[in-house]
Amino acid sequence: MRVEQLSVFLENKAGRLAEVTSILAEANINIRALSLADTSDFGVLRLIVDNNQKAVDTLKNRGFTIGKTDVVAVEVEDRPGGLHKILEILNASKINVEYMYAFVPSSGDKAVMIFRFDAIDEAVKRLTENDVHVINGSKVYTM
Amino acid sequence: MILDIGFETMTREDLEAVQLRRLRSTIERVYTHVPFYVKKFKSAGIRPDDIQSLDDLKRIPFTEKQDLRDNYPYGMFAVPMDDIVRIHASSGTTGQATVVGYTAKDVNTWAELMARSLAAGGATRGDIIHNAYGYGLFTGGLGVHYGAEKLGACVIPVSGGNTKRQIIIMKDFGPTILTATPSYALHLAEVAEESGISFEDLKFKYGIFGAEPWSERMREEIERKLNLTAVDIYGLSEVIGPGVAIECYEAKKGLHIFEDHFIPEIIDPVTGEVLPYGERGELVFTSITKEAFPVIRYRTRDITSLNPEPCMCGRTHIRMNRVSGRSDDMLIIRGVNVFPSQIESILMEIEGVEPHYQLVVDREENLDVLKVMVEVGEKVFSDEVKRLQKLETEITENIKEYLGVSVKVKLVEPKTITRSEGKAVRVIDNRKM
Repeated sequence: MRVEQLSVFLENKAGRLAEVTSILAEANINIRALSLADTSDFGVLRLIVDNNQKAVDTLKNRGFTIGKTDVVAVEVEDRPGGLHKILEILNASKINVEYMYAFVPSSGDKAVMIFRFDAIDEAVKRLTENDVHVINGSKVYTM
Repeated sequence: MILDIGFETMTREDLEAVQLRRLRSTIERVYTHVPFYVKKFKSAGIRPDDIQSLDDLKRIPFTEKQDLRDNYPYGMFAVPMDDIVRIHASSGTTGQATVVGYTAKDVNTWAELMARSLAAGGATRGDIIHNAYGYGLFTGGLGVHYGAEKLGACVIPVSGGNTKRQIIIMKDFGPTILTATPSYALHLAEVAEESGISFEDLKFKYGIFGAEPWSERMREEIERKLNLTAVDIYGLSEVIGPGVAIECYEAKKGLHIFEDHFIPEIIDPVTGEVLPYGERGELVFTSITKEAFPVIRYRTRDITSLNPEPCMCGRTHIRMNRVSGRSDDMLIIRGVNVFPSQIESILMEIEGVEPHYQLVVDREENLDVLKVMVEVGEKVFSDEVKRLQKLETEITENIKEYLGVSVKVKLVEPKTITRSEGKAVRVIDNRKM
């Protein structure tokens, strides 16, 4: 049920993000979803791509520090209250969301959110119990 | 292996007798041949005959780097130029270059001391030495080279630079001993890893690293990444070059100073007072066998302490501890003395932090601001910003706690800090005073 997310350490310097996207484009890697968290000095770019190993190798070769983290892709009903329903479930189970961001599937009528939990197994269990659709990792990379 | 059992394991009493005899003969020679020393001795009211014991040495004034610059290029030589067979010079990056000369006998003495050093660091006749110290005016390359040949080992004079080719040579020629600066050794490890070559598949057993200060944690990292036993070597061209002191691979705890050739002292860098064993201060050397370029009480600017305890390797020569800084690299940040090496030890205490850092000092609105740039490697990286911020805070707080100085920590991408092929640039001081 887990999705492997890559993270890249970036200094807050002009052009660094474009450098990453250009390296990935050159290597013919498709970015499926992305979020950037930053401070005044540095940023952490989180990515879901269609070819993790190739992305890791290429970026490492170019001197970037890369991390891998397991996250969860959750299907969200595309109507008012859709996301709220999921957060309610998590809240009731006292599961902390470290961060989350949206994922735009190229097909289908449902929205997809990427969640980063500390207690990932517990989170997946609670969501599934409450009939929330957690999407398989292998499916996410090519959605 | 102890190469020169006679001298290296001599009793203190015999050693002191040798030292006094050689000291007096050196004093006599410089007083006859070097006008600088004549002037210096006269100004202090001392004649060569006044030096009757080793203790009398402290009556002689110090010789400083500036004195060597003032006598540029050949003013400090104690023999006619006809007897000089070799010249080396310091880089002069911090001022005018200093020039040193060697007679044929000096070159031989140096080769013997380097052969002793290589042996203490684990080398034997059958070894192949990959010598990545720079060849040229810098004493590192040729120092190791002559020592290796004197020992009877095989030396590959690869010199510095062209790292990719070095990796190929290491793979194909099967060297067993590596000699390099510690920062270049780590650079080699990085480039090897990028080229998909593991040091486990290479034949290195020992590494002899020096020419810049490094730490115990850096030793652990080098030993792990390069799969060898690493020892520290010390020297400076003004005294002879590398081979003034060497760590034995048996103890790896401080560097034996070849006291039958050099007399060490530790002084307070401010008052010039001689400090007792164990106390940290500036290292001062008097050379007692050199012909062309003897130095009397030369201030090295290196900060360390001396340890007279017996060593498990059997050598009786006193040990100097790792050089922990330079008295002239010492930064004074808002009145607090800070050595880059102290910051390095604090960084190395934090799990996963690598010894790739740089200190940048600025003066903003008349206040000193010390910025500590630390590279983020995979071990400390996290997808969560708060963890990285926690790392910044931890470093800031530890420095504040141990050194009493507030710093600004900035996390930077790998390899943004200049990894020169020779010495790492640790300090950039932008203050205009």
